[in-house]
Amino acid sequence: MFRSLALGSGGFVVALIAAIGIFLLLQALPSLQANQVSFLTSGEWTTGDPNNMRFGILYLLWVTVATAAFALVLAMPIALGIALFLTQYAPRSLARVFAYIIDLLAAVPSIIFGLWGLQVLGPALVPTAEWLNSNLGWFPLFSDGNVSIRGGGTIFTAGIVLAVMILPIITAITREIFERTPKDQIEGALALGATRWEVIRTTVLPFGRAGYVSGSMLGLGRALGETVALYLILSGASGRAPELSLFDGDATIASKIANDAAEFNNEISAGAYIAAGLVLFVLTFVVNALARWITTSRTGK
Amino acid sequence: MAKRIDVKDLNIYYGKFHAVENVTLSVPPRSVTAFIGPSGCGKSTVLRSLNRMHEVIPGARVDGSVLLDGADIYGAGVDPVEVRRTIGMVFQRPNPFPTMSIRDNVVAGLRLAGTKNRQQLDEVCEKSLRGANLWEEVKDRLNKPGGGLSGGQQQRLCIARAIAVQPDVLLMDEPCSALDPISTLAIEDLITELKQDFTIVIVTHNMQQAARVSDQTAFFNLHGVGQPGRLVEIDETSRIFSNPSQRATEDYISGRFG
Repeated sequence: MFRSLALGSGGFVVALIAAIGIFLLLQALPSLQANQVSFLTSGEWTTGDPNNMRFGILYLLWVTVATAAFALVLAMPIALGIALFLTQYAPRSLARVFAYIIDLLAAVPSIIFGLWGLQVLGPALVPTAEWLNSNLGWFPLFSDGNVSIRGGGTIFTAGIVLAVMILPIITAITREIFERTPKDQIEGALALGATRWEVIRTTVLPFGRAGYVSGSMLGLGRALGETVALYLILSGASGRAPELSLFDGDATIASKIANDAAEFNNEISAGAYIAAGLVLFVLTFVVNALARWITTSRTGK
Repeated sequence: MAKRIDVKDLNIYYGKFHAVENVTLSVPPRSVTAFIGPSGCGKSTVLRSLNRMHEVIPGARVDGSVLLDGADIYGAGVDPVEVRRTIGMVFQRPNPFPTMSIRDNVVAGLRLAGTKNRQQLDEVCEKSLRGANLWEEVKDRLNKPGGGLSGGQQQRLCIARAIAVQPDVLLMDEPCSALDPISTLAIEDLITELKQDFTIVIVTHNMQQAARVSDQTAFFNLHGVGQPGRLVEIDETSRIFSNPSQRATEDYISGRFG
């Protein structure tokens, strides 16, 4: 009885995921066939006229991946630091309060982060962004992008907001795994005359590395799919090709779909967005699968 | 190398709980001292207080003194990290570092102390593994993880790791309780050999083991549940097991107790 119930629920989830994938594929196919340019290598996005569909995923993919990757680069070291502080250095009572606050951060709705990024952080970051651009502009990531730095609607701003949003996920998972470092390992290191930092280096970090990486991957998955916050922050269609700079803008796959959803007036136009959605679906799927694979392959040893 | 230990009026507390009361004993250099007694009598706690490992538990504190060749390890300004570098410890459950190779496990302590010279590390590695009677079994797979060894081999690896830093004293907390009889015998033989170079204190639940390996034996007991543990007597092992001066010791040895 319970066995069939469990099997049924498991099967249901798998079937649901497959159904979503198939739905996306079926809806996207007619548009992809009507497409005048290559979907995977073009960055154009003109979908108003069903008889002249020109759409490619390239620019959207760049902004999506760059924003998420930038957020991850910012969030990973900070999350590691917080997790180490909470599990190894902070007194127990302080650690509990602090961990609670971090978890609260995860409960803030993303629209709030979006508003904050748009109204507060974006403008506040403009001087920093301009400084980076004028002094370190020779470095490709800080060169001129395809949108105005002054507007604030850049990968730079969006990535920082996303970093704050994924920080709680990475921290929570990393903290939990660090807490489970076997006591006899820690004592073994202490008995050899290890300082607190050396104990962390010889036992906590090797033990928790897989959990940290998979937590970061889950954070990355969240960052890739984040919609509303980025919809508010990013400055929308510039029409220009990105310069592969952090000061590029335009839209991510998800924010593009949200932005244009009101204009889905025929199936062929809508199919273009569904094709983009399919790419995002596969991308997050791969990232999450990767996270699972890292966790199991490491802990199975 | 091989220093003597003098414990004077040692009281150990965990927060408000008085765990061990008024322990005074001496351990001469190059000898084996066994701590025996029923569970909960504080023998492991006393052992851990000898290299300040009990401080890992929050709220633990100590009154009295533990002198290592006359120097108090609880003296003002003494760093517990330094104490543990000179007083090594082997635990109940073998605990090699699972992500490290056999070789890296052995030299982990030296690395922590800052030794980088590869040749020197290799020499110490071989010497320590030979000292732990493990060299012949692992010399062809020094780069394999230590977790792949058998329990007895892992415990000898931990002993090799402990003696690699040339400690003054080696503490062993029930080192054989997780091992089969053959591995236990190997460790006991090893203890007898290590006695040439180190001062050894071993906690054991196995009275035959205490009788086999130790020169002197300390018997710990407690008055009752919630009462602090205390040292009943310490004497030459042969006397403890044949003609102890305390009735409680004789009862325990002969199995009329706990």
